Amino acid sequence: MVQGLAGAVPAADTLIDAGPVDYLILVVYFGFVLGIGLLARRSVSESIDFFLSGRSLPAWVTGLAFISANLGAVEIMGMSANGAQFGISTVHYFWVGAIPAMLFLGIVMMPFYYGSKVRSVPEFMLRRFDRRAHLVNAISFAVAQLLIAGVNLYLLGSIVHALLGWPLWIALIVAALIVLSYITLGGLSAAIYNEVLQFFVIVASLLPLVILGLNRVGGWGGLTEKITAAASSAPAKAGVPPAEQQLNSWPGQALTGFDSGFWSVVGIVFGLGFVLSFGYWTTNFVEVQRAMASDSISAARKTPVIGAFPKMFVPFITIVPGMIAAVLVPEIVDLKNGGSPPGGASGKGVAFNDSLLYLMRDVLPNGLLGLALTGLLAAFMAGMAANISAFNTVFSYDLWERYIRKDRSDDYYLRIGRLATVGATVIAIFTAIIASSFSNIMNYLQTLFGFFNAPLFATFILGMFWKRMTPAAGWSGLVSGTLSAVLVAFLSEDAFGSASLGVIPLGGQGAAFVAASTAFVVDVAVSVAVTMGTQPKPVEELVGLVYSETPIETRTDPNEASYPWYRRTVPLAGVALVMVVVLNILF
Amino acid sequence: MAEKHTAGAFDIRNIIGLLLTIYGVILTLMGFFADAETAKTGGVNANLWAGLVLLVVGLGFIAWSRLRPVVVPEDVPPVEDDPTRPAPRKKQRGGH
Repeated sequence: MVQGLAGAVPAADTLIDAGPVDYLILVVYFGFVLGIGLLARRSVSESIDFFLSGRSLPAWVTGLAFISANLGAVEIMGMSANGAQFGISTVHYFWVGAIPAMLFLGIVMMPFYYGSKVRSVPEFMLRRFDRRAHLVNAISFAVAQLLIAGVNLYLLGSIVHALLGWPLWIALIVAALIVLSYITLGGLSAAIYNEVLQFFVIVASLLPLVILGLNRVGGWGGLTEKITAAASSAPAKAGVPPAEQQLNSWPGQALTGFDSGFWSVVGIVFGLGFVLSFGYWTTNFVEVQRAMASDSISAARKTPVIGAFPKMFVPFITIVPGMIAAVLVPEIVDLKNGGSPPGGASGKGVAFNDSLLYLMRDVLPNGLLGLALTGLLAAFMAGMAANISAFNTVFSYDLWERYIRKDRSDDYYLRIGRLATVGATVIAIFTAIIASSFSNIMNYLQTLFGFFNAPLFATFILGMFWKRMTPAAGWSGLVSGTLSAVLVAFLSEDAFGSASLGVIPLGGQGAAFVAASTAFVVDVAVSVAVTMGTQPKPVEELVGLVYSETPIETRTDPNEASYPWYRRTVPLAGVALVMVVVLNILF
Repeated sequence: MAEKHTAGAFDIRNIIGLLLTIYGVILTLMGFFADAETAKTGGVNANLWAGLVLLVVGLGFIAWSRLRPVVVPEDVPPVEDDPTRPAPRKKQRGGH
């Protein structure tokens, strides 16, 4: 049927030449996902097995779901684009920019979340501060979800375009319809199951891609030789980072775009490793919810820690293919040398975002190709569905119900929720067009995270540990933090794409790191200053919301000490930390 | 219920195992009967190898769930919906 449709639209040139078996693999996957969704729905009335087995999920399952909820557009396309453009220094997004924050989440934050019964960030803002902080946070969260949904939709649309050759805007509408049907057919009620399934499909498709790609370039040795040769022969105007920057993770100037190695390290450790990454992992309740699905506080704490182990090795299946594409795929080689080859998944010329798709075209035979496409489609679809429903919840309950129409029936809010889902999907088509103007999607995403996550993290962490912090400081810190990040991005060379003015000589992801750091510092400074001049909340209203006011019994698991070391959180986290340090030394 | 109540088909290991096994069969068949496209892969019959590995992993998951089934406890707290990902609202369960 898909091919019949493809024939109906006159666009013969497709980037990827998929055969019937590839579509079969795709159909089997969607059959599984929809089947799980339907089972989950039926089981609500007929049997409770599904949810019961869901409740007793072992820690390895929630750990994988935890990683998989995040293994979407950012990881796969963004990291491979980064790998193609900057080489191995992209691993900082994992070994500096994820693992430490995940361990921190497991050891420090998770017991607090579990004990305090806080279940969403806007809820925390409302109870810890007041309605103003809640309103600011809910609006900024809703906007962020729409923008990030656009990134996922753009990538989804670019695959539809690559497969069928349709113009991007038609591909975007088709992709949006696919996501809508996925949400309405109940795919989300079995989110954890789908995420774990998706993890295995992605690994099963990217691993052969890496192995075959390395085979083609002559192993790791061949890859480094080719990258060195390409870097030394590249024309100066292309701005290709020297080979030693592409092949060593530190000091990572290729990634940050800083001239000074020292400031590059500072930018990575403070901007990426601390502000962006801690902000992302500790306040991202889409992720935290995965951990909450486990049966005890001990299992909840272990979830991010267990997730850290597979996370450590994700760069090998996302960044390495990008590096291979940059020396093996003619279009990407040309692009990296400053050329502008026509084609690409957007149809507007090849971009680094297309590295993975081109590598698949050149390396995978039909069959494995279908598996790879399935993995990508599954990841972007689930990612966008998660953004849309997160938006839906915040819009219907945090904004509409609280500020616009109070005290209506449940049916009323459900109807609003459905309209919000459709509305958000339509808006995402437009935000996808914004996303399509960035050659490397990672630059855009990190800029967005700087706007939304960095100030949120500052306010969150201050409010959690400092009981004196006042409600007025809550909202004013958030607003000023976000505005300062927007200002920095606007003044930088390209963090905002063509809208940036170039007053501050910073480009690439270094600008995003600086914007995030600025947001964090400004947020903290404004919060402290405002707190000094305003009235704090009475201490008895802060129980469960501020660390020092939360009873220790609600934060600990009495059984934890009786487990063997490999089932306890802190020793496991120690092992993960040692492994990450070793990986940093090796590369 | 006298006998132990196991998760059975709902055990996620069975779902993973089944999907990977189906993919393993498809790819193995491709490996035997379709063009191996060795110019792309660099001389390896990639479908065949990937298919065999998927078969082993898929069957391994099914075997694991057979050997160590998940036992569903009879007494569980009510299911809370995930507020960040709303499905259609569930009615309150009335027990078994």
